[in-house]
Amino acid sequence: MIDSIVDITLLSLLAIHAIAIIRMRSLFAVIMLFGGFSFLSAGLFVAMDAADVAFTEAAVGAGISTILMLATLALTYAPEVHKEEKQPTHKPWLPLSVVLITGGMLIYGTSDIPAFGDPDAPAQKHVAPYYLEKSVPETGVPNVVTAVLASYRGFDTLGEVTVIFTAGIAVLLLIGGRRKSKTKIETTEDGNET
Amino acid sequence: MKHNLILRVVSKFLIPLIFLFALYVQFHGDFGPGGGFQAGVIFSAAIILYALVFGVDSAKKVIPPYVLRLLASLGVLIYAGTGIASLLLGGNYLEYGVLASSQVAGQHLGILVIELGVGITVMAVMLIMFFAFAERGRAEGDKE
Repeated sequence: MIDSIVDITLLSLLAIHAIAIIRMRSLFAVIMLFGGFSFLSAGLFVAMDAADVAFTEAAVGAGISTILMLATLALTYAPEVHKEEKQPTHKPWLPLSVVLITGGMLIYGTSDIPAFGDPDAPAQKHVAPYYLEKSVPETGVPNVVTAVLASYRGFDTLGEVTVIFTAGIAVLLLIGGRRKSKTKIETTEDGNET
Repeated sequence: MKHNLILRVVSKFLIPLIFLFALYVQFHGDFGPGGGFQAGVIFSAAIILYALVFGVDSAKKVIPPYVLRLLASLGVLIYAGTGIASLLLGGNYLEYGVLASSQVAGQHLGILVIELGVGITVMAVMLIMFFAFAERGRAEGDKE
């Protein structure tokens, strides 16, 4: 009972956030709503007992992403734009029909998905029983998520860390480091904003 | 934001707690929720809070950019190095069981070490990104 109340509240708040994000023109407010959206998703993950995912969503999605998007907004700020999204010049019918058809297909597809937490679902039948039974005796780590992430799927995690590292290098190459003196003069006017 | 007394006092109080929490998430990830990714992000969030309240320059004195670059590579190196270490000790790549006397102890050690590598890299990369953005948006005159 209390679970469904929590779920319905979180999901309707998510829907309200999504609609507000679409309707709003102020980019600053949209970024703040993105943060709220991430927090609500984290809440949903907690309600589904996925504490590790919720943790990541709250820290990365709501925290760092919001900061980085605000920084991007500050970077791309030009006074004549007033930080407002422009009114679209075209009619929304084509994108709207694409969204409606895709959404309809996705909703139709959910009818085949096994119920949440169904022990007979294919996802629970493959390697999950092995991890649940063997991870503690084999690794001595009570958190199965950590055992899978760091030990059984250690190669994947190494790949993920390399991806993050590469992303850091890419950011450094693109916008890090010293700028040429030419661009220096152009940007000194708006530089005081931050 | 440099003159906002309440923000300064509150963040001075909060930042050590955030650091502590990050360390808890880092080293307690095998017992509770969390791990290297989350800990790295929380750790960098504390420094970003410091940078937002006290200025990017002060934050760069705390942790200079070249240190961050070293740390970002160091994390990946620790992770990949754990794999090499297990190779040298006669196991497969990233087979932690050979790292210590018993299988379980080795697994525990390996997971702890690679989570540390993940945490260091994530922390450093998040800060590199934040500093890159923050630096780019500022007046260029006060640099160099």
